[in-house]
Amino acid sequence: MADHLLDVADLKVEFDTRDGVARAVNGVSFTLDEGETIAILGESGSGKSVTAQAIMGILDSPPARITGGSVRLRGREILGLPEKEYQQVRGSQIAMIFQDALSALNPVISVGDQIAEMFRVHRGMSRKAARSATIDVMKRVRIPGAEERYGSYPHQFSGGMRQRIMIAMMIALKPQVLIADEPTTALDVTVQAQIMDLLQELQAETRMGLILITHDLGVVADVAERISVMYAGRTMEQGPVAEIYHHTANPYTEGLLASIPKIDERETRLPAIKGLPPSLFAVPKGCAFHPRCPRVSDQCRSGAAPPLTEVAPDHASRCWFAEEVYGNVADA
Amino acid sequence: MSDIQLDVETSVRPDGPASRTLLGDAWYDLRRSWIFWISAALLVFVLVMVVFPGLLAPQESTSSLTGGCQLANSLAPPSSQFKLGADQQGCDVYALSIYGARPSVIVGVLAAVLTTIIGAGIGLIAGFFGGKVDSTISRIIDIFLGVPYILGAIVLLSAVDLPGIWGVVLALTLLSWPTAARLVRGKVIEAKGQDYTLAARSLGASNGRIMVRHILPNAIGPSIVVAVISLGLFIGAEATLSYLGLGIRPPDFSWGTMIADAQNAFFQAPWTLLVPAGFLTLTVLAFILLGEAVSEALDPKLRK
Amino acid sequence: MSPTRDRVIAVSGLVKYYPITRGIVFQKKIGDVRAVDHVDFTVAQGETLAIVGESGCGKSTTGRLLLGLEPVTAGSIEILGQDITTMSQKELRAKRRDIQMILQDPYTSLNPRMTVASIIGEPFEIHPEALAGRTKQEAVRDLMDRVGLNPEFVNRYPHQFSGGQRQRIGVARALALKPRIIVADEPVSALDVSVQAQVMNLLLDLRDDLGLSYVFISHDLAVVRQIADRIAVMYLGKIVETGPQDPVYSSPAHPYTAALISAAPIPDPELQASRERIELEGDVPSPADPPSGCRFRTRCWKAQQRCADEEPLLRDVGGGHLVACHFPLTPEEAASHVVPEVPSGHATDS
Ligand SMILES: Nc1ncnc2c1ncn2[C@@H]1O[C@H](COP(=O)(O)OP(=O)(O)OP(=O)(O)O)[C@@H](O)[C@H]1O
Ligand SMILES: Nc1ncnc2c1ncn2[C@@H]1O[C@H](COP(=O)(O)OP(=O)(O)OP(=O)(O)O)[C@@H](O)[C@H]1O
Ligand SMILES: [Mg+2]
Ligand SMILES: [Mg+2]
Repeated sequence: MADHLLDVADLKVEFDTRDGVARAVNGVSFTLDEGETIAILGESGSGKSVTAQAIMGILDSPPARITGGSVRLRGREILGLPEKEYQQVRGSQIAMIFQDALSALNPVISVGDQIAEMFRVHRGMSRKAARSATIDVMKRVRIPGAEERYGSYPHQFSGGMRQRIMIAMMIALKPQVLIADEPTTALDVTVQAQIMDLLQELQAETRMGLILITHDLGVVADVAERISVMYAGRTMEQGPVAEIYHHTANPYTEGLLASIPKIDERETRLPAIKGLPPSLFAVPKGCAFHPRCPRVSDQCRSGAAPPLTEVAPDHASRCWFAEEVYGNVADA
Repeated sequence: MSDIQLDVETSVRPDGPASRTLLGDAWYDLRRSWIFWISAALLVFVLVMVVFPGLLAPQESTSSLTGGCQLANSLAPPSSQFKLGADQQGCDVYALSIYGARPSVIVGVLAAVLTTIIGAGIGLIAGFFGGKVDSTISRIIDIFLGVPYILGAIVLLSAVDLPGIWGVVLALTLLSWPTAARLVRGKVIEAKGQDYTLAARSLGASNGRIMVRHILPNAIGPSIVVAVISLGLFIGAEATLSYLGLGIRPPDFSWGTMIADAQNAFFQAPWTLLVPAGFLTLTVLAFILLGEAVSEALDPKLRK
Repeated sequence: MSPTRDRVIAVSGLVKYYPITRGIVFQKKIGDVRAVDHVDFTVAQGETLAIVGESGCGKSTTGRLLLGLEPVTAGSIEILGQDITTMSQKELRAKRRDIQMILQDPYTSLNPRMTVASIIGEPFEIHPEALAGRTKQEAVRDLMDRVGLNPEFVNRYPHQFSGGQRQRIGVARALALKPRIIVADEPVSALDVSVQAQVMNLLLDLRDDLGLSYVFISHDLAVVRQIADRIAVMYLGKIVETGPQDPVYSSPAHPYTAALISAAPIPDPELQASRERIELEGDVPSPADPPSGCRFRTRCWKAQQRCADEEPLLRDVGGGHLVACHFPLTPEEAASHVVPEVPSGHATDS
């Protein structure tokens, strides 16, 4: 089997906190190929950002502890690399865009210099070369008047523009993998659309692998090729977009899809999932979703969590009834 | 309706923190802090000195009228009779130090309490009403903050003839409230912008109610911490002022006057200085440590 | 349109400018943020009006003005037939029994130092007459029950609840005085998808059971679709399009509305791929310095000279559907941008 661009297998991350050990990520697996977009989808606290930070090697430890799993970049294990080597990986091979561009950018350094820094540190470019490379990349993310705005500071840009700057900084070194952690959540819908289009375009140009983290099922529908659904730190379901939307094999995904309000239909009541996501200190035994699941059975309540099982090629679900759910919805 | 009812059962957060309150959280942290326990132990000792000095030393040993001090014992070194030596008047330095605690600590506590009350009140008004009220108060605060601390107190105490601890308390409060006011003002402005204040206003709550129920409780925290810390500093300031002859005057005495009196005899009898200075330092330290521990416990961002 | 007596809110010519000042000691006014700039709308008894638009367009400001929390710059706001803009503080306070507010952020809208009992009980302390013979404890328990909170949790603090539960506390507080109108400012925006639906359902049930009128403020057109009877789309302080929800969603006449609808993601890959997304250039201009004429013209693909010279006024394009545009979209033009085919069977009128 050829190596994937990125292969995350059974990743586990714990946090030591006063209330005990929080198993924030507890069995996350996915693969990413060149030029592919995978969406990691999950509600707040499901462990999306922690997963991303673990891959980037930027978790603070303590309190974080990576307790298992592997992250391989083109077949090479990067989890647990010494910090010096990890720094080589970060930025030039894997880069990450954060949700809140304002706080991720340094407020007292001009945006141009911040981007140029990437070229100077990683590529050892001269001041002049870095400047012109920076202006190029600013143009690529369509900052109007890139030359003039080189010396502007982050607060002088709107939210959408700041996110573009952030993207410019992250694609500067042509990383092979780009992780975007809720890149548009803080933005208005019309600007959201601009940013998503930009990301898609850049990806088509550079063939990088894109990991798109979001809690919004709608945003990823036409952007991602594959989706990985997380719940309470676990990958619940994974597969091609169309499969997930039309032939889900997991009751959580099913509930989530039903409960999002859709602009094209009006329902008298939204089919809500009952209850709340669990606390990480008391993740239910068995299947983590069982207290909220309409299909719950004794098997779900006790014993081990169900494994990720394939229901179709490249489509896996963590549910004892995966086959059944898959079959039931297959008529859509 | 049915599924709302259903939610009642499942909506109970299953996780641990059964019934935690903010103060409960703070207490949880405090209990685990050795700084807190050291300062608490020291403060218990200070409290006993202030309230029941008789438990630690007989009052007679501090006065010549009762025969406790005899010039014959002047500057006697530590011995079985004078555990920590005697001063120029032949009084027991240990007993003097115990009885000297009361005025020192009272000055500190009173000045800290008054500073906090006045500062919080003025800061609350400035922050809440904003506009002209705020800019006027803020300018006054700026002026006060420009006055050098001890120098200001000296000038003030020389101008108004109010001897004893009251003059010292007055001077310290007058010079310190602006710091507290500024701190509270900032926090008030922060709390005023919060949605819960907006919610209270939309319920029709009066300004008074909003200030007392919603804003003050969320704005007072840091200034209480500062008060605890400055309490120690006030005790030190009282010593300074008394040393300069502007605070407590004979026959009353405090740690400050003791230190002042000791200066002539320091080389002959260092204990006359070191003992009250040691008491003073430990007390100030205890309050500062307490302030530190409390501020850490009250700030959720500092929690592990 | 609803007859006047059924109107619970009638807003006309509403203006709110915030001065921009420079200087610390001598403050000098150097301009205005035109947060709300000549807005008119009405809300009928039992009706839900949604105000939608992007960040900074003046939605929340409109909401705060409706509650009389800030003085208006100009215009009138009639709540149940009385103009609140001319009321004294005392009269306004009494008026709060008719109109209440639910706020967006469940984490900052509850005082962290008060228990649930005192948060939900506070309205009764301010307006004791609202207890109507019950004790405060009884009233609080009733309310908690009503919004689906376990009444045993009365003595807990807000931080001990999840986001969805906190929002329920906010709803209970707003219901305490038995208002007839509720202004809900992004009530579900901060919630998780699975919990959002629960709170939406609660709001729908309360409306039906108690006959409430809502002013529902949101930037999320999909959420609005589920609850609104009528919609007002705001852009830079102005209403650019308003009308019953069906014509507005199925054939938006203002280019901005069409852009908003087309940008709202649909969780269906094929549908989504088949839509013609309108990509607007640039960002919303500053409300301190709005463009001349039509405020949307700087981002509009249909803009012409006339749009810069002349401000378009709201006019009826049929059936109470009003649009402020010199060159409104025809239904055919609109059709390609909105959702491919609106399943009309799903639309339910209330
Ligand atoms: N430093 C930390 N210490 C303790 N727990 C943490 C820490 N960082 C994250 N967690 C916990 O890990 C869990 C997963 O967090 P994460 O940030 O990955 O969620 P997320 O899926 O990104 O959610 P969101 O959509 O809200 O961003 C959360 O419950 C969080 O409380
Ligand atoms: N107290 C204030 N002082 C000055 N400007 C204000 C004030 N409140 C609001 N504004 C400005 O008025 C405009 C409208 O703000 P408003 O909060 O009503 O927007 P919004 O539509 O609710 O946006 P969002 O979706 O971000 O909540 C913004 O430009 C805002 O900066
Ligand atoms: Mg996150
Ligand atoms: Mg708002």
